[in-house]
Amino acid sequence: MRALYPPCHCVLTWPFLGPAQNQMQVPSGYGLHHQNYIAPSGHYSQGPGKMTSLPLDTQCGDYYSALYTVPTQNVTPNTVNQQPGAQQLYSRGPPAPHIVGSTLGSFQGAASSASHLHTSASQPYSSFVNHYNSPAMYSASSSVASQGFPSTCGHYAMSTVSNAAYPSVSYPSLPAGDTYGQMFTSQNAPTVRPVKDNSFSGQNTAISHPSPLPPLPSQQHHQQQSLSGYSTLTWSSPGLPSTQDNLIRNHTGSLAVANNNPTITVADSLSCPVMQNVQPPKSSPVVSTVLSGSSGSSSTRTPPTANHPVEPVTSVTQPSELLQQKGVDSSSTTSSASPMPNSYDALEGGSYPDMLSSSASSPAPDPAPEPDPASAPAPASAPAPVVPQPSKMAKPFGYGYPTLQPGYQNATAPLISGVQPSNPVYSGFQQYPQYPGVNQLSSSIGGLSLQSSPQPESLRPVNLTQERNILPMTPVWAPVPNLNADLKKLNCSPDSFRCTLTNIPQTQALLNKAKLPLGLLLHPFRDLTQLPVITSNTIVRCRSCRTYINPFVSFIDQRRWKCNLCYRVNDVPEEFMYNPLTRSYGEPHKRPEVQNSTVEFIASSDYMLRPPQPAVYLFVLDVSHNAVEAGYLTILCQSLLENLDKLPGDSRTRIGFMTFDSTIHFYNLQEGLSQPQMLIVSDIDDVFLPTPDSLLVNLYESKELIKDLLNALPNMFTNTRETHSALGPALQAAFKLMSPTGGRVSVFQTQLPSLGAGLLQSREDPNQRSSTKVVQHLGPATDFYKKLALDCSGQQTAVDLFLLSSQYSDLASLACMSKYSAGCIYYYPSFHYTHNPSQAEKLQKDLKRYLTRKIGFEAVMRIRCTKGLSMHTFHGNFFVRSTDLLSLANINPDAGFAVQLSIEESLTDTSLVCFQTALLYTSSKGERRIRVHTLCLPVVSSLADVYAGVDVQAAICLLANMAVDRSVSSSLSDARDALVNAVVDSLSAYGSTVSNLQHSALMAPSSLKLFPLYVLALLKQKAFRTGTSTRLDDRVYAMCQIKSQPLVHLMKMIHPNLYRIDRLTDEGAVHVNDRIVPQPPLQKLSAEKLTREGAFLMDCGSVFYIWVGKGCDNNFIEDVLGYTNFASIPQKMTHLPELDTLSSERARSFITWLRDSRPLSPILHIVKDESPAKAEFFQHLIEDRTEAAFSYYEFLLHVQQQICK
Amino acid sequence: MAFTFAAFCYMLALLLTAALIFFAIWHIIAFDELKTDYKNPIDQCNTLNPLVLPEYLIHAFFCVMFLCAAEWLTLGLNMPLLAYHIWRYMSRPVMSGPGLYDPTTIMNADILAYCQKEGWCKLAFYLLAFFYYLYG
Repeated sequence: MRALYPPCHCVLTWPFLGPAQNQMQVPSGYGLHHQNYIAPSGHYSQGPGKMTSLPLDTQCGDYYSALYTVPTQNVTPNTVNQQPGAQQLYSRGPPAPHIVGSTLGSFQGAASSASHLHTSASQPYSSFVNHYNSPAMYSASSSVASQGFPSTCGHYAMSTVSNAAYPSVSYPSLPAGDTYGQMFTSQNAPTVRPVKDNSFSGQNTAISHPSPLPPLPSQQHHQQQSLSGYSTLTWSSPGLPSTQDNLIRNHTGSLAVANNNPTITVADSLSCPVMQNVQPPKSSPVVSTVLSGSSGSSSTRTPPTANHPVEPVTSVTQPSELLQQKGVDSSSTTSSASPMPNSYDALEGGSYPDMLSSSASSPAPDPAPEPDPASAPAPASAPAPVVPQPSKMAKPFGYGYPTLQPGYQNATAPLISGVQPSNPVYSGFQQYPQYPGVNQLSSSIGGLSLQSSPQPESLRPVNLTQERNILPMTPVWAPVPNLNADLKKLNCSPDSFRCTLTNIPQTQALLNKAKLPLGLLLHPFRDLTQLPVITSNTIVRCRSCRTYINPFVSFIDQRRWKCNLCYRVNDVPEEFMYNPLTRSYGEPHKRPEVQNSTVEFIASSDYMLRPPQPAVYLFVLDVSHNAVEAGYLTILCQSLLENLDKLPGDSRTRIGFMTFDSTIHFYNLQEGLSQPQMLIVSDIDDVFLPTPDSLLVNLYESKELIKDLLNALPNMFTNTRETHSALGPALQAAFKLMSPTGGRVSVFQTQLPSLGAGLLQSREDPNQRSSTKVVQHLGPATDFYKKLALDCSGQQTAVDLFLLSSQYSDLASLACMSKYSAGCIYYYPSFHYTHNPSQAEKLQKDLKRYLTRKIGFEAVMRIRCTKGLSMHTFHGNFFVRSTDLLSLANINPDAGFAVQLSIEESLTDTSLVCFQTALLYTSSKGERRIRVHTLCLPVVSSLADVYAGVDVQAAICLLANMAVDRSVSSSLSDARDALVNAVVDSLSAYGSTVSNLQHSALMAPSSLKLFPLYVLALLKQKAFRTGTSTRLDDRVYAMCQIKSQPLVHLMKMIHPNLYRIDRLTDEGAVHVNDRIVPQPPLQKLSAEKLTREGAFLMDCGSVFYIWVGKGCDNNFIEDVLGYTNFASIPQKMTHLPELDTLSSERARSFITWLRDSRPLSPILHIVKDESPAKAEFFQHLIEDRTEAAFSYYEFLLHVQQQICK
Repeated sequence: MAFTFAAFCYMLALLLTAALIFFAIWHIIAFDELKTDYKNPIDQCNTLNPLVLPEYLIHAFFCVMFLCAAEWLTLGLNMPLLAYHIWRYMSRPVMSGPGLYDPTTIMNADILAYCQKEGWCKLAFYLLAFFYYLYG
């Protein structure tokens, strides 16, 4: 493609360039392009010229420089009038030989990032504008701009620091380049934001504002008004975030034309700072401390902008709100871009061109079984926190590459080669400074990939029975699909999207032969630190299958693209021809949509069935005697009071409360009341709403009343004698209350519902808890809750269940209310606020996360895949509305999904298959957004290749989901048999493909060597174990978690990680957030690894155990646990004291680091050897024999026996 | 053949089988609509569920008629389907209303395919039965 567009007049621009010439690359300013774009005359050519020079931008610095250049360009051709920006041109259409000068969105970002710009710096800008007008001013302008830069840079620096706090790893991802650039631009978003605020009110006015020509004064006016205005003026380029454009547009007059503009703003959505708990969820107004520097600035900025009288000018069409919240965090993203200014060229030179050629010219570029070089396996489960999504595509390079030997490496490889730093995170982090170098590496990788090794590492046969230490010392990583380097770089992050087979078999017959499950594991709404956000009038999609344009489509020529899912040839819309990133025309393949496999679109009203709903939260609380006794109300009310301001939402946010025992109590919180009014409805057979209008109230208008209520609630029912619980009727009332708007219902229940509709009987026979035969009652006893959930789902209401009970509460039935309404389920067995402090603490931390995490409303998720594949079954919490459409009343960042696939038609005529999930949701700010992930995988025709590409963790998680279904629909023993058979079948199928196999040995390909271990772990998991006493609710809860947890968390639940922590050293330690986090090696889960002289930490996902051996070194006990000797350690200990010793610091920083990697805070139990609690610890040692189950070795022998049969 | 009770049974069965054929076709169309995304599974299940019991009852009814008429061969031909119906209804998912289909599981590819296949098989059976009654 590049050849088509040779760089033209680059030369012209150079002289004008400001300081940052090198940085030519203009990242993403997405501009939009118009039909009217006419007159790409000389200017036009300039644009492309730049483009060529810097295909992938990324660097902030570059970015700015680009900006500099831009003005110059504009100036030359046009005189003052242009200021209004390209948009004017567009709107007017014709004549103005307008120039390319696209404003980079990014530059906005710069402005925004330097929040102070807004206030203090604003002057320079305005002045700048003036300069702009006069050609003579170039130099001046540049200087001004430079001023702006410094500030931004400073900003960056700050942010980088913050990054460190995050999984700074994001850098590696940079290679993806565009993303970053985009992200960078995304910062701009913040600037945009103000506009958006105004936009609602302003729209109308704007329309009425038809001044044909933008007079200078008006321009200035804009500047003053808002930053965004500023940006537009100065650059006058089309690229700016829509809002700016719109502003201009409005002045110019013709709105209709304006609509044509696709403005793309890339915002980093930072949707979630939170992967690590360190930061509060982005949505929450409060930004993490780390960010505070930057965030503070941004926040300050916002208010002023909002205040500005921008309204008249505001954009009409685009919901430019983009990032309202995000703005805060965006700074962090920016930082990521900044560090490596020069990499761009390297990138371009190396991989990018190839990519182009491959994608453009040959639809199916890659020879299927091409062994890939070292793209280091992406970090799989453990380090999730550290590996923020941003790095997705690039990750492979960034990570291990330097350390790894080139060669075919799959997930297993890293494991085997101890070479790598123990943690992926680490490597990524450390490499960060070197980053620029990575780009070059990437190009060399391309070359390496050509050498195919005869036998990939993942196919190396492993004799399972003889391999004593099957578990690697480092966390298992996701295998990297065997694609060529360019596609690999663009591919979706394994953290969001994984397939059980990274080499898709060509036919169903081949899949059947392999005896492996084929499916996807999704974590679509994951908290991301960086995400390109695109605002565009037309979202480009395939006309027949409605696939969103993505990096894996092929451009047949400049004006047509071929859908990668259905192969239909589509036209490229005119506005898509313009690339705001590079401000050039005619390079649709460089648009952010085509450069990122995870993007977010701001959807237009076409994607709404009704106006976006506000955030609505309803709390339904059990206040029967049992509940009061447990004391959860205090904790809940306290958490709510603390987090009231952090609830995601905008000014329309509504909240309500209901309590129930044998009657239902409503609370009238209408603004104006002196105190909350309690309304009691005792007719539970026919529930009605006493005052429908005042039960759900605006959070901000009635805040005082709400606080009063929350303060009063814990003590209101202290003397209650009511033991009954009318949960069913309360839910019916909640449904009535919520149905006009939709939203989230949080139900707190502490016992079996005993009154009214939906009452349940105790079905558990305690004597059967350890039965090895039949486990009954895994399914619901009534369909009341399911029907209620379906009704709720239809009204866009999700029900989240918090079950805090000490006795059996029939979770199997109750869970239905959340399962089918896309809610989530939390279970706190034997909860008591004083008797069980660790549970109380867990509830408190979970609530904090629950209340403040991001949330999406009225969502649907559609999963598409290449023709020939089809969705078979979905797993997770949702309602399946059609064959590929899931209805999700709410979506939260902690929800995972799994999909089973089947191959309906042979895939012989294609070498690549793609999967795309599109999640359409309403953000808590009332914006309609679409998050799109696209995954691309190669197709293979030989069985060996299928085995080479197995992602064993994904396969296990999918199997676990299938087994849950099986145990509910059939029986637990069936499910267990099926799990064992999965191992037996796949290993025997593998055995039959390997000719020179000793039949006595149990062989597995290296990619599958952990398969038997994980299956054994599953069989010993609470959900599926037999023979060990397991309460029915515990079992059902484990099953619910299997269905709804994302892969990373699920893997820890299935196979805990064991570390020895009494001898932590700094060897291989990672630096996170200014702390040194030691990285002890993983131990296998067997008592043989425990020594009496040691202390061990087991990470089970939601629980940590520290087992202290009897002979443990007294230094450790004293320095870390704070007791003098083993005997003085108390039986129940749930905290590590903060001692000022090196070993204590290491232990604590390690545990904190582990904790930060998951959304729900785990509880810590310190277990002494000899204490009765140690049984809980030992039950997780899954490689050991228990009275009811095989040891790992026995299990292998059993499998072998089955195979030989 | 004189107009006996048996003949009456056959005539009645003929008419009822025609009705059952329509039921079967209705089911097939409904599941096809589900598969092609035209309908919401909740609505579809709500329309299908009330039809399940009538179909089974009609079939059971003329089985009883054949029993009364001592048409053992015909009865024997119908017994497998009757048994299948009883088994199918016994093993239905937990639900409060009548019917078989649960909107939360119906979209599962296995279940949908099973239901479709069931529809085609029944259609074939009823058609054959129709001609059998016509000429028998």
